[in-house]
This record gives sequence, C-alpha cells and structure tokens, in this order.
Amino acid sequence: MGDRRRGLRNTLVLIVGLLLAWELAYLVVGDVALRSPWQTIRFTVAFVQTDLFWENVTNTLGAFGLALVIAVLLGLAIGFLLGMHRLSADAMEPMLVALYSIPKITLYPIILLAFGLGMSAKVAFGAIHGIIPIALFTLSAVRGVRPILLKTGRVLKLPPMAMVRTILFPAAVPEIFTGLRVGFSLTLIGTVLGEMFAAQHGLGYLLMNAIGLYNIDMIMSVTFLLVVFASAVNGVLLAMDRRLHFRA
Amino acid sequence: MSRVRLYQVGIVAGFVALLEVLCLTGVIDKITMQPPHRIVIDFFRLMASGRLNTEIAKSMGNVLLAFVLAYVIGVVVGTLLHSYRMARDTLDPLFATYYAIPIFAFYPLFIVMFGLGDGPQVLIGFLLGVVAVIVTTLNGLDRVPQVLRKTAQIAKLGPLQTAMRVTLPFCAPYLLSAAKLALAYAFIGVIGSEFIMARSGMGYEIGYAYTNFDNATMYPLILLILLLSIVMNSALSYWEKVLLTRRGLR
Repeated sequence: MGDRRRGLRNTLVLIVGLLLAWELAYLVVGDVALRSPWQTIRFTVAFVQTDLFWENVTNTLGAFGLALVIAVLLGLAIGFLLGMHRLSADAMEPMLVALYSIPKITLYPIILLAFGLGMSAKVAFGAIHGIIPIALFTLSAVRGVRPILLKTGRVLKLPPMAMVRTILFPAAVPEIFTGLRVGFSLTLIGTVLGEMFAAQHGLGYLLMNAIGLYNIDMIMSVTFLLVVFASAVNGVLLAMDRRLHFRA
Repeated sequence: MSRVRLYQVGIVAGFVALLEVLCLTGVIDKITMQPPHRIVIDFFRLMASGRLNTEIAKSMGNVLLAFVLAYVIGVVVGTLLHSYRMARDTLDPLFATYYAIPIFAFYPLFIVMFGLGDGPQVLIGFLLGVVAVIVTTLNGLDRVPQVLRKTAQIAKLGPLQTAMRVTLPFCAPYLLSAAKLALAYAFIGVIGSEFIMARSGMGYEIGYAYTNFDNATMYPLILLILLLSIVMNSALSYWEKVLLTRRGLR
C-alpha cells in the first residue's frame, strides 16, 4: 500500500512540476506562440461544448476504435501463429522488429493510394501501427510458455483451438496485456498522425488547420486533450498491467 | 545459409514476387503502385540524376543532429538521475507514460513557436529519442555490480571519473542499444515532421510527389528511406551482437 501511495505522490509532484514548467515557458515566450495552462484549460472547457469539437472527436475516436479492433485481432492472430512455430518465430521476430523501427509515416501515401482519402486510410494506418507491437509481445509470450504446460496439453490430446484457449492464452496473458497497452498507444498515435496529413476531419486535422489560421488556442487545447487522454488511459492500463504481472 | 536466414529471404522474395504479379496482372493498378522492378529502375535513375542530393543531405543532417542531441543529453541526464533517487522516482511516471503520448501532436505548436524550419523537426526527433536513451542508461547503470563501485571508491575516483571509467564502460551494451533507439527515433521524427509539413527534405519530397501523382519519384524515395533505416538498424544490431558475444553474454 505504501508503494502505491508513493506512486500517487510522485505523479502529483510531476503534474504540478509540468504545469509550473508550462507556466514558466509561457512567461518567457509570451502570447505570440503560447497560452498559459489556465488559459488553455478555460478555452478547452468552452471548446468541448461546441459542435466542431464533437464532430471531429467522434470522427477520430471512430477511426481509432476500428483500427484498435483490427490491430488487436490481427496482432493476436499473427503472434499466436508465429509463436507456436519455432522456426517462424525465430525468422519473423527480427523482421517485425525492423518493421517496427522504420518511419511508417512514409508508407502513408501508399495506403492513401490504396484506400483513397478518408476514413478507411486512417483506420488502416492506425491499425498498422498497432499490429506490430501486439504481434511481437504475443509472439514472445507464447514462445515463453513453460514447456510442461504444453506437454500437459498434448497428453490430454487437446485440439489446437482448445490448446490456445485453455493453456497458451491464460499462461501468456500478462505479457500479451503489455502488448495490448503498447498497441493501444501506438494505434492512437498512428490514427492522429494519419489525420495530420491530408485529412478533412478529426483532431489531427484540427491541429494542422489551426496552424494556417494561427489559432494558438486551438493548437494548445487539442494537444492538451490528446496528451491528457493518452496518458490517462495509459495510466489505467499500466496499473492493470502491473497487477497482472504481480499475480503471475 | 541457416534455415532462419533462408526463411527470411523466402518471405521477402515471396512478398516482392506477389507484388510484381499483382501489378503486372493489373489487380493493383498503375496509379496505385508501380511493379517492383520498375521501382528499382526508377530508384537507380533517381540516385544517378542527383536531383534530390541536397534534400537527402539536409534530412540526414537533421537526423544526425537530433540523434547526437538526444544521445548526449540522454546519457548525461540518465547518469545524473541515477545518483538522485528522489528526482528519478518523481520522473518515473513520466517515463512510464511518455511513449503513449503522441509527440507528433506537438509539431504544430513547435511550428508556431519556432517557425517552419529545421528547428521543430530536429526537436521532434530529439524528443522522441531522448527518453528512450535516459531509460536505457538508467537500466544499464542499475546493473553495475556493487564491487565495481567499491573499487572506484577505493581508487578515490570522483563522480565524473567513476562514470567515465567504470560505470558507463560497463554499460556499453546498454549504451549501444540506446544509440539504436535514438537513431531510429531521430529518423522517424525528422522524416515524419517533414512529411506532415515542411519546405524541403526527403519526407517533404514524398508528400510533394504524392500530391502530384509522381509515382516515379515517390516509390524510389520510400524505398530509399526503408533501406536507410534498415541498414542503420542492422549495422548497430550487428555491433551490439559482437559486443555481447565478446562479453560472453550471448
């Protein structure tokens, strides 16, 4: 319990520190390019009550949700298939790592050409970002399952699907969850990134549009919302993640 | 050739062959994608013409700058944080959440603050990489055996000398994987920002070629970026492996 309280205190100190640093930066830079935390929060409160906000946020969240579903399903499928086959796992893992480290944004024009401008390109781009980490974590989790468990399954003559459901999945859950957490973040990043290039809707589009209009309030507010959303969800997932690992 | 290597070559060759067939039979139309052999021909033509040399040099210069900044600052901050427990504990939640935050979302803000130039691009590359370097350095320093620290104390080494001569050399494999991360992130940050909004650079040229349906420039450039990032990544991975083998860790 003491550990948890210390974590909470650290988080609070950190948030206060970041707000102070922000305020300080505002005092140095001034109104030309920044807004203070207080101004940003006030603008955000007004902004979330507008139709403009809801239109774009539902658009982004819709694309993100769909991308996440695809990323989770495909990532798990790829991870399980490769993880259960030694040679495939050894061969594909370094290739997936290499794919993970390339600037995927340069592939976006290809996706745009393939899917056309709009929702499906955004979903595809977000999903691509999420699939690889989920597949990588699942792969190493499945490969790391203790051989004795697999032998037990074989002795019981379990068919492949039952093997996955009753042995592999429960044994690999903590690490798979870590993969899902990373996949969640990266899918969000991918979706927003896609919106920042050649989109007509969504939070990413609002951000890029605001540069042209020199609407600093809007830039600060959307960035603030994205950061708060991403860190809040990640915080919750991280807590669940640690609990799962602790239990295992 | 090992079985694993054979498998990998087979996958890549199969994928390229599939693309070639799909393009030639018209399943993937010409406006979407050129057949792979065409991309390779265009690639050599583009490289030989030297038309994009200044753009490539500019992007790579910015990548290098972002990498050096992220790496040097990251290692220094990591080393300092390691000896200040309080500061490290306080920053821990930030490190845990950092890579969930879409750093690219800060790009518009940086453009407004610093103008549309190299500054915001390098800053994004730096920000993406620096925390990975800090965390990896801390990880490495955590693994320095107590006996080495005591030896340094007996030899009456100051904090700087201890870091330079004892603890950081011990962490060399970690520092190398930090370099790998910083380089990959610098590349993603710079090319990505150029792609979103810029006036020059490889990322910008890809975006420009896309808007003009100039597939003869776009695909070779994408190929170039993929090749560059894979070559850099494998070179550092190879070095890492050599280092680990020499220490008997692999």
